[in-house]
Amino acid sequence: MSTHRHTISVLVNNQPGVLQRVSGLFGRRGFNIESITVGESEERGLSRMVIVTTGSERTLEQISKQLYKLIDVIKVVDLSASPMVAREVALIKVNAEPSARPEILGVVETFRASVVDIGTSTMIVQAIGDTDKIDAMVELLKPYGIRELSRTGVTAMTRGLGKA
Amino acid sequence: MSAHTSAVVDQDLRSKLLKPDVISGSEILLRSLLLEGVDCVFGYPGGAVLYIYDAMHGNEDFNHLLTRHEQGAIHAADGYARSTGKVGVCIATSGPGATNLVTGIATAYMDSVPLVVITGNVATTAIGTDAFQEADITGITMPITKHSYLVRNVEDLPRVIHEAFHIANTGRKGPVLIDIPKDISAQKTRFEWQEEVSVRGYNPTVQPNKLQVDRLVQAIEEAERPVILAGGGVVYSGAHEQLLEFVNKSQIPVTTTLLGLGGFPSGHELWIGMPGMHGTYTANTALQNCDLLIGIGARFDDRVTMTVQGFAPKAKIAHIDVDPAEIGKTVPTAIPCVGDVKAVLELVNEKVKPARSSAWIHQVQTWKEEKPLRYTDSDTELKPQYVIEMIHEATKGEAIVTTDVGQHQMWAAQYYRFNNPRSWITSGGLGTMGFGFPSAIGAQMGNPDRMVVSINGDGGMQMCSQELAICAIHNIPVKIVVINNQVLGMVRQWQEIIYDNRYSHIDLAGSPDFVKLAEAYGVKGLRATNKEEARLAWQEAMNTPGPVLIDFVVRKGENVFPMVTQGNTIDQMIMGDEE
Repeated sequence: MSTHRHTISVLVNNQPGVLQRVSGLFGRRGFNIESITVGESEERGLSRMVIVTTGSERTLEQISKQLYKLIDVIKVVDLSASPMVAREVALIKVNAEPSARPEILGVVETFRASVVDIGTSTMIVQAIGDTDKIDAMVELLKPYGIRELSRTGVTAMTRGLGKA
Repeated sequence: MSAHTSAVVDQDLRSKLLKPDVISGSEILLRSLLLEGVDCVFGYPGGAVLYIYDAMHGNEDFNHLLTRHEQGAIHAADGYARSTGKVGVCIATSGPGATNLVTGIATAYMDSVPLVVITGNVATTAIGTDAFQEADITGITMPITKHSYLVRNVEDLPRVIHEAFHIANTGRKGPVLIDIPKDISAQKTRFEWQEEVSVRGYNPTVQPNKLQVDRLVQAIEEAERPVILAGGGVVYSGAHEQLLEFVNKSQIPVTTTLLGLGGFPSGHELWIGMPGMHGTYTANTALQNCDLLIGIGARFDDRVTMTVQGFAPKAKIAHIDVDPAEIGKTVPTAIPCVGDVKAVLELVNEKVKPARSSAWIHQVQTWKEEKPLRYTDSDTELKPQYVIEMIHEATKGEAIVTTDVGQHQMWAAQYYRFNNPRSWITSGGLGTMGFGFPSAIGAQMGNPDRMVVSINGDGGMQMCSQELAICAIHNIPVKIVVINNQVLGMVRQWQEIIYDNRYSHIDLAGSPDFVKLAEAYGVKGLRATNKEEARLAWQEAMNTPGPVLIDFVVRKGENVFPMVTQGNTIDQMIMGDEE
């Protein structure tokens, strides 16, 4: 069976331990987590998790059904089943001696990223975009020497009226 | 939102319990348990639950049974739940008390048994500091509970307890843990009890999709070689009568899984025994040749399917189950019917017509006659199968039988023929040794008027034998059977057949004299080493009003057959007695 990347939105009760319940379920059933983000949702008392996972259609079906068995899970939606917007934030601390800065700024501008800190020999680049864009930007900055990379993981929602 | 009626019926007690007094968390706990209709709690005290045990002192409405080990308490609660259909309840203290429950929680989780497990914890101010007897029991048990609560406000207690009972005993049943820090059990608040229970993220499907039911009915009409695989879900949803009606109307042979035994009368001509690793020739052969397989409250466990790729290769599979996650989990399913088994079968029974199965039934009957379960009896040695058959005959198949895990469990499953649901209590999914005897105590507490027979091996009997004390002190009249072959029999069997007779660490020589062990606790002990002694000992046990342990010393090298070894399909059986 073919394996695909899926982006799942999970609406959960904002209870202590709920992240552990969800991530533990993925771990013990052998489901893969590429990234997981969690934060408040539009409704008080509920949080929204966005999980990027890979697996066959059958695995995805099991993930959804097993998630629904958790009492603290209210709703599960496969966002990637319809058009969606997916974004993550990356902070990239890159070596930036004064001589290299113009080139780096060129990359930053092309990707509509921004510089949020400049030190004597480094700068921090902030990039927002989908995973492919961030991957591409990281590749382009590698030759200068990336000292530190921190990515949030993907958060996402469907386009138009579709609601997760 | 669903109305959830508490089980307590005594109106005087009820109004006394509902009084809006200002009381401690501990008293709230006891009142709430009584309002849920709990008539027996199994437990063991300790530091973090001292307020709770203090509240029990002098409380004549509350019935608590002190076991000798927390593991005994939870297995007893499990046996109580399986035999009555009510929620089993146990209490243990924090840390080691709570961790001693873990095996029992996992046992109940694997077999979908409704339990409410109460643990104490250190005070909220001490949580997370590695305090004395602190363990993160909600974290530890997350993978083996249906849900769990760590109570942080005393006001939440009545709601949490009510929700816990609701969640434990609806949908796919299972254990729910409530962890109560010591300070919460001491704090006082006004008692408020809400009948309504509403858990937003929990709405189990009861009524099935009618379209799928129609598809199932049509598939049955078209089937020529159908088989029903009935599991524990039939027993748990109380659907045994509906299953019988379904089988009679549809004319489909039925095999019952280990946990499904008793869900269908074994005397019925269309019953073909248990399937799987130690299943009957007929059940396994029928499954491998059927064109329609209807799973009912069964989860296609690997001990049933064996090599799943080769399981029921010619069958279209229909699956009735309350848990949608079981549909398609291990076998591709053509017709999914998600809903309460009883509700689904009631709908099916309104419409179902007989399958075109007469030739198939004839074939199945021929297999049944030609290859029944059998063993070679002996006049010189006592055979374990003989002991089980003898007990079955003497109790007319009407006893509640609990077992431990291993060879004796399989022989009991094969040779005790069940007529009624909730009469067979065994750890199927987890395979927990030490379960058999304490679960019988719970079953007897829940069924004071029925005979309870606990069948154990000499290995498992030593894993919870301390509970003999409870039987003696409270005169709980369980008939405790030890099928004593002086060896870890199932491990020995595997080492003989699969590991080339390399017997490694299976010898149980040096075990206690079980008769003397029983007597040490004040329980009558008997021993039998041949058929004559066996019959006499069993007769004496039946005639003894209190608990009795009977040590049946049986042949050491006896194996369980048929047997399907791992890596094979279920029709590749070792029959054991071929010349």
